Amino acid sequence: MNQSAHLSFPNLLAILLSIVVVMAPHAPHVPKWTVAFCLIALLIRLYAGLERRPLPAKPLLFSFAAVAIGGVLFSFGSLFGRDSAITLLLAMTVLKLLEMRSQRDITVTVVLCYFLAITNFFYTQTIFTALYSIGAAWLITGTMVSLQHRARPAKFLQVMRMSGLLLAQAVPVMLVLFLLFPRIEGPLWGLPKIQNSGRTGLSDRMSPGSLSRLSLSDEIAFRADFETPPEDAKKLYWRGPVLWDYDGRNWAAGQRIPLSSFRYDSFAPNLKYSVTLEPHDQRWLYLVDLPSRLPQKSILTRDYQVVSFSPVRQRLRYSAESTPVYRAGTEALPAELQRALALPPDAAPRTRAMVRQWRGLGLSGMEIAQRVLSIYREQPFIYTLEPPPLPKDPVDQFLFETRRGFCEHFASSFAVMMRAAGVPTRVVTGYLGGEINPVDGYLVVRQSEAHAWNEIWTPDEGWVRVDPTAAVSPLRIERGLANAVPDTDPQPLFRRTQLKWLVELRYQWDAVTNAWNQWVLGYTLERQTRFLSTFGFSNVGWQDMIITLLIATGIILSAFALGMFMRLRSNKTDAVQRLWLHYCNVMAARGVVRKTSEGPKDFTQRVAKRFPGLRERVVRIGELYIDLRYGKADAPSEQSTPRMRELRTHIRALYLAASPAGKTS
Amino acid sequence: MSALLHPVISQISQVILGKQQQIKLTIACLLARGHLLIEDLPGVGKTTLAHAMARSLGLEFQRIQFTSDLLPADIVGVTVFDRESSTFSFHPGPVFSQVILADEVNRATPKAQSALLEAMEEHQVTVDGNTRALPEPFFVIATQNPSHQVGTFPLPESQLDRFLMRIHLGYPDAGAERELLEGRERRDMIDNLPPVISPEDFSSLQKQARTVVTAPALLDYLQAVLAFTRNSADYINGLSPRAGLYLLNAAKAWAFMDGRQKVIPEDLQAVLPSVVGHRLCPMNGYAALPGLDLTQRLIEEVAIP
Repeated sequence: MNQSAHLSFPNLLAILLSIVVVMAPHAPHVPKWTVAFCLIALLIRLYAGLERRPLPAKPLLFSFAAVAIGGVLFSFGSLFGRDSAITLLLAMTVLKLLEMRSQRDITVTVVLCYFLAITNFFYTQTIFTALYSIGAAWLITGTMVSLQHRARPAKFLQVMRMSGLLLAQAVPVMLVLFLLFPRIEGPLWGLPKIQNSGRTGLSDRMSPGSLSRLSLSDEIAFRADFETPPEDAKKLYWRGPVLWDYDGRNWAAGQRIPLSSFRYDSFAPNLKYSVTLEPHDQRWLYLVDLPSRLPQKSILTRDYQVVSFSPVRQRLRYSAESTPVYRAGTEALPAELQRALALPPDAAPRTRAMVRQWRGLGLSGMEIAQRVLSIYREQPFIYTLEPPPLPKDPVDQFLFETRRGFCEHFASSFAVMMRAAGVPTRVVTGYLGGEINPVDGYLVVRQSEAHAWNEIWTPDEGWVRVDPTAAVSPLRIERGLANAVPDTDPQPLFRRTQLKWLVELRYQWDAVTNAWNQWVLGYTLERQTRFLSTFGFSNVGWQDMIITLLIATGIILSAFALGMFMRLRSNKTDAVQRLWLHYCNVMAARGVVRKTSEGPKDFTQRVAKRFPGLRERVVRIGELYIDLRYGKADAPSEQSTPRMRELRTHIRALYLAASPAGKTS
Repeated sequence: MSALLHPVISQISQVILGKQQQIKLTIACLLARGHLLIEDLPGVGKTTLAHAMARSLGLEFQRIQFTSDLLPADIVGVTVFDRESSTFSFHPGPVFSQVILADEVNRATPKAQSALLEAMEEHQVTVDGNTRALPEPFFVIATQNPSHQVGTFPLPESQLDRFLMRIHLGYPDAGAERELLEGRERRDMIDNLPPVISPEDFSSLQKQARTVVTAPALLDYLQAVLAFTRNSADYINGLSPRAGLYLLNAAKAWAFMDGRQKVIPEDLQAVLPSVVGHRLCPMNGYAALPGLDLTQRLIEEVAIP
């Protein structure tokens, strides 16, 4: 049969459009040949539909499929795994398009579109993704609706209204599923390991330029929500990797040793807060210096890093406490102090020559630190996002030649000088600053707030934080990055605080994103349990959840069905019709079922033929009904009441005479 | 059955054997003041039916054989110059008659077809600028061959629409055919048919048929049928409001012939295939399937409210 018998050209266009819409988001992360393959297949189908040409024959389709499978194997080496499976799915969907001959094929293709729309969530789960998917579902449903109008091409608006209505009716069910579908701890399908994920963030190494590169990124590192907002949340140091080992250019964290017993003196009330950390593929968590209560499933190392049991591959929400003013680390191990003094023998000779003079003066660690900081203050050092490259010894060249640097330059050179002067020193990386979003009160910390500072050790005070950047550019600490660097430096667009409306917009948008993260993506088992407990359900197992889910869905669907039924019923409310329907039911129980399209006369004849014994009565009922329903409608009350009464009497008599005798006669 | 119509039916039934239903439909069509189209193969009695109908109703009858070289003037008439009186005088064509049998209407060119169809719509013809009214009552009974036969100009939808009903006669069953073969010459029988009803009586029956009651419940049903054709995927186009009116009139005539003063769903169902059959165009694929009667399907699918 001619394929155009099933599929009009507008409907073909609708299907092609749906496919393009669901496939487009995949274009960036599938191999380039896939895009070309899909486009070619789409164009072939478009041409076949436009020119009414036959579709490719089976052997040709098989060879197309072989090419697709070969391509996937060539690109990924396997048919399994997220990327290869999706590539294969895209290729097979467009091949299905070339094979669309029967109504069934068309339906399969459209349903595949729904599935493809979901696969987008494997890659991204932002609000935009969700909105895009809803839009796609709207379009696909519209295509489905349009496919039912094979006769005339339905009007676009009409179809989309219908489709929107269908989606709107699905919303209550969606909400129930979202709220009650049992959540599993961790991802459902073991998210595949992603190589070269290219996620920005701090690493456990630091070299000149690594932090300043980061500072151009506007990406969010984490958000924090304080139970009692601190006086100045922007001045909090968020502790990340602590770096010990210097090789003459790079700083590295080295081994992490768990802390067995943690003793510290606190001089300020604890900060209580929770953090929503963006995935960064590393194990450490960011907490305000100094962590005093750890998140679940994490440990504290000897250098006060908080390390999670597993790498953070998904957005993670945790709550913690910290003490902002503290004394800790007085009982450092000798091996540790040794490590905090080590310098490669050939590193920074000029610097070490300068500092070595101070060794014999009997100065305390803090005094030496003051001297070093005064170097930064008194000499023309410049804090900049665009430090010149340091091809020679980075510390020497920075201190004596370029004198332009970002926080990693200051932290690195400070540590080298202190170590050369005999004071145990380490580098701490993390974040400093952020902004309070006035819309929802969250502190938002971005990658551009990445910072590096130092900790020096003294026998009395333990590890003490010294921030050399503050000596050069107090503004960095006081008022944030944007105010501290020269105006000529490049900065992320949103950092340019002059654009007031832009800042305002960003706050708004960020609050929306945060709400999305917190309440939609972050609706985990824990949140679900808490949500249910507010309704008095505690200790709900997944079985109960499924049952509740089914019941709730059932109630919603029944409500819709009831509404439709009521609307249907309201058309036949008049008494005559009710009596007639009752009569039909009585007869149906006795084996004569009235077809919906059967008129009263035909039905009466049929019943009379089946039950000759009831003939008189049945014929009278037919007459009365025809009279009442199709006769003149004038004077309803006086005229029709006696006849109504008669009709009712006859029907009741029939109902009571529901004896087997009637059937056998 | 109305007493006046009964003899008409029985008389025609003697000529056209075994086609009671078609005869009743034909009379219903005329009662509802509609024009009739009979579509079937040559030789199944289309002309005979039309002829017998005209004779029995006592109406003036003209037959126009449509051919491919038929001109409009052959239908409506011509004006010729009368040398004696030195005036132009009009010679009316066969259209000036109460019952016109337009035989094989789809064999003429569209130009000739439209001359007749205009007369059907307006009940008047215009020749050389003079508008002349046609006699009353005015019926056109057209016959046409199935459009796939050689040498036909199929009537366009807009012209098909002017016929209230289209009926098929079909082959007679074996018994009726034997009777036909044994019986007298049909031509003679028709020539000897007496009128069994006067035109005045028929005209008053037409008026009475209009007064048959249509209750809201029936109009609901009619509207459900119309809506179904408009929403269903089976048809290219739904029924027009005019088709709805025609359907109602035909159902009234049917109910009247049945001796009822109210229309019931069965009346609508009885006339529905003939009234909508030529107005609904099935979607591709359905026409090719034998045995699937679209109008029957329409009746079965629409629930009576």
